[in-house]
Amino acid sequence: MVDRRLTRRGFLTRSAAIGGAVLVGGCDNTLSRSPSFRELLLRAEGATQGVQRLILSNRALAREYGEADLSAHFKANGSTQVDDPGYRSLAQAGFADWKLKIGGLVDRPTELSLAELRKLPSRTQITRHDCVEGWSAIGEWSGAQLAPLLQSVGLKPDARYLVLHCADTLGRDGKYYESIDLIDVFHPQTILAYDMNGAALTEPHGAPLRLRVERQLGYKHAKYVMGIEAVSSFANMRGGRGGFWEDLGYEWYAGI
Amino acid sequence: MNSTAIAPRTVLVFRHGLVVRITHWVNALCLLVLLMSGLQIFNAHATLYWGSKSEPDRAILSMRAVQRDDGSYAGITTIGSHTFDTTGVLGLSGSGENLESRGFPAWITLPSYRDLATGRRWHFAFAWLFVLNGLAYLIYTIASGHARRDLAPTRGELEHIGTSISEHIRFHFPKGEEAKRYNVLQKLAYLAVIFGLLPLAILSGLTMSPTLDAVFPLLLDLFGGRQSARTVHFLCASGIVLFVLVHVFMVLVSGVWNNLRSMITGRYAIETSEGGHG
Repeated sequence: MVDRRLTRRGFLTRSAAIGGAVLVGGCDNTLSRSPSFRELLLRAEGATQGVQRLILSNRALAREYGEADLSAHFKANGSTQVDDPGYRSLAQAGFADWKLKIGGLVDRPTELSLAELRKLPSRTQITRHDCVEGWSAIGEWSGAQLAPLLQSVGLKPDARYLVLHCADTLGRDGKYYESIDLIDVFHPQTILAYDMNGAALTEPHGAPLRLRVERQLGYKHAKYVMGIEAVSSFANMRGGRGGFWEDLGYEWYAGI
Repeated sequence: MNSTAIAPRTVLVFRHGLVVRITHWVNALCLLVLLMSGLQIFNAHATLYWGSKSEPDRAILSMRAVQRDDGSYAGITTIGSHTFDTTGVLGLSGSGENLESRGFPAWITLPSYRDLATGRRWHFAFAWLFVLNGLAYLIYTIASGHARRDLAPTRGELEHIGTSISEHIRFHFPKGEEAKRYNVLQKLAYLAVIFGLLPLAILSGLTMSPTLDAVFPLLLDLFGGRQSARTVHFLCASGIVLFVLVHVFMVLVSGVWNNLRSMITGRYAIETSEGGHG
C-alpha cells in the first residue's frame, strides 16, 4: 500500500515535471519554430474562416460611425513614406500622371487616372480601423467601389482573388502586396479610397490610393496601391501566402 | 477487519467522473496557453482603453519604457492617473543585451520572444480547443445531472454560507461524508467561473473580431465598443488567473496528493467512522 502510493506520487511528480518542461522549454524553442507545428496551429485559421464565412451574410456591413466619433489622431502604421523613385516623381507632380493598372484575369486590362477613378460609383463611410496590434481608430473614407469597377473590366470565370500591388517597401522583404477573395471584392464597403476625412489621402495614409476592406484587420488595407491583378491562385506569387505580412506568418484571413 | 471499536479509517470514494477529469486537464492546458499567448498579443500594444477607439491621451492602463534623467531606462505602468515604476517586470524587462521595452516579461509570454503572428496562432488554435472542450463539459454536466446534483447550491447551504466562510478562514476543511461533495463556496466559485467569467472572456474575445462585429453588431453595444471589449477580455483573464491562484492554493492546503489523485483517477480518500463502502 505504501509502495503503491509512493509510486503513484512519483508518477504524478514526473508527469508534472514533463508537462512543465514541454510547456516552458518546448513551446518556445521547438514548437513555436517547428514548421509542421506552425501549420497545425494554422489549421485553426481554416476553422475560423470557415465558420465566419458560414455565419456571415456576405452583405453584412461593418458598423459605420458618426462624424463625432472620428479619431483626433489616426495613427499611420507600416510604411509612412515611400522610397521608390517612380513613386517619388509621381508624388512630386501630385499624382497627375499616376495610373492604376488593372490586369490579370480580366477581359479588358485597363489603366485609370485618379480623375477617372473619382468619376466611378463611389462610397463614403466612417468606419473603425482595427490594427492587428490591438488599437482601433475611426476615419472617414471615400473611394471607388471595387465591385462595379471590376464588373466594368470583366472578371474572367477562373478569377478567385484580387491581388493589390503597392509602391512601398517594408524591411528587406520586397514591395508590399495583399490579396482578398471575391466575397470581399463584391462587398459594398470594399473601396479603393482616395479621400480620408474629406481630403485627398496623405502619404502616411497611402496616397494616392488605398484599399478599405472593412471587416478585416488593418494589414489587409493595402496602401500606395499601384495596380490590381485578378488571379486564380497566389500560391506561386512571392512567399505564396497572399500578402506581405502573410508571408511573415500572419493569417491570410484577417477577420479575427 | 473485524475491529470492534469504531476507529476512523481511510476509504477511497469515487469523486470525479471521467468526462470531468479529462475536460478539467484539457481546460487547464488551454487556459495556460491562452494566457501566455494572450499576453504576447497584449504586448503588441500594451495599452488599454474604453470605448470604440484608442485615443492615446485617454488610456486607462499602459505599460511602457521611459528614459531616466541619468540615461538609464525604466519600465512604467500607468493605471488611470497613477504611475508606478515596474522596471524588470512590466514595461521594461530582460537583462543585459536582452533588456527590452515590452509590456509583460518574456517568461510569461508565448512565444517568449516578440512574435505577434505566432502568439495569434497559438491563441486562436487553443481558443477553438478551449471552446470545444468547454462545450463537451457543459453538455455532459447538464445532461448527466452533474450540474444540478453537484454544482447547484441548496437553500440550506446558502443559509449557512457564513459558517462555511468562517471554516475556510480557519482552514478547517470538510471531513468524512461532507468531503464527498463540493462545499457551498466551491460551488459558487465554480458556477461564477463556468457561467460568468469564461463565457464573458469568450464573448469579449469575439468582439475584437471585425468580421463578427459586422455580423453581430450587438456585441459592440454589449461591451461599449471594441476597445472596451479588449479591456474586459484583459480583466477576464486577470479574474481567471486570480481564480486559478486561489484554486491551486486550496488544493495545496486541503491535501494536494489526495486532490490530484481525485482529478486524475477519480478516487478521493476520506476518513470515515463506518466500514468502507466507497
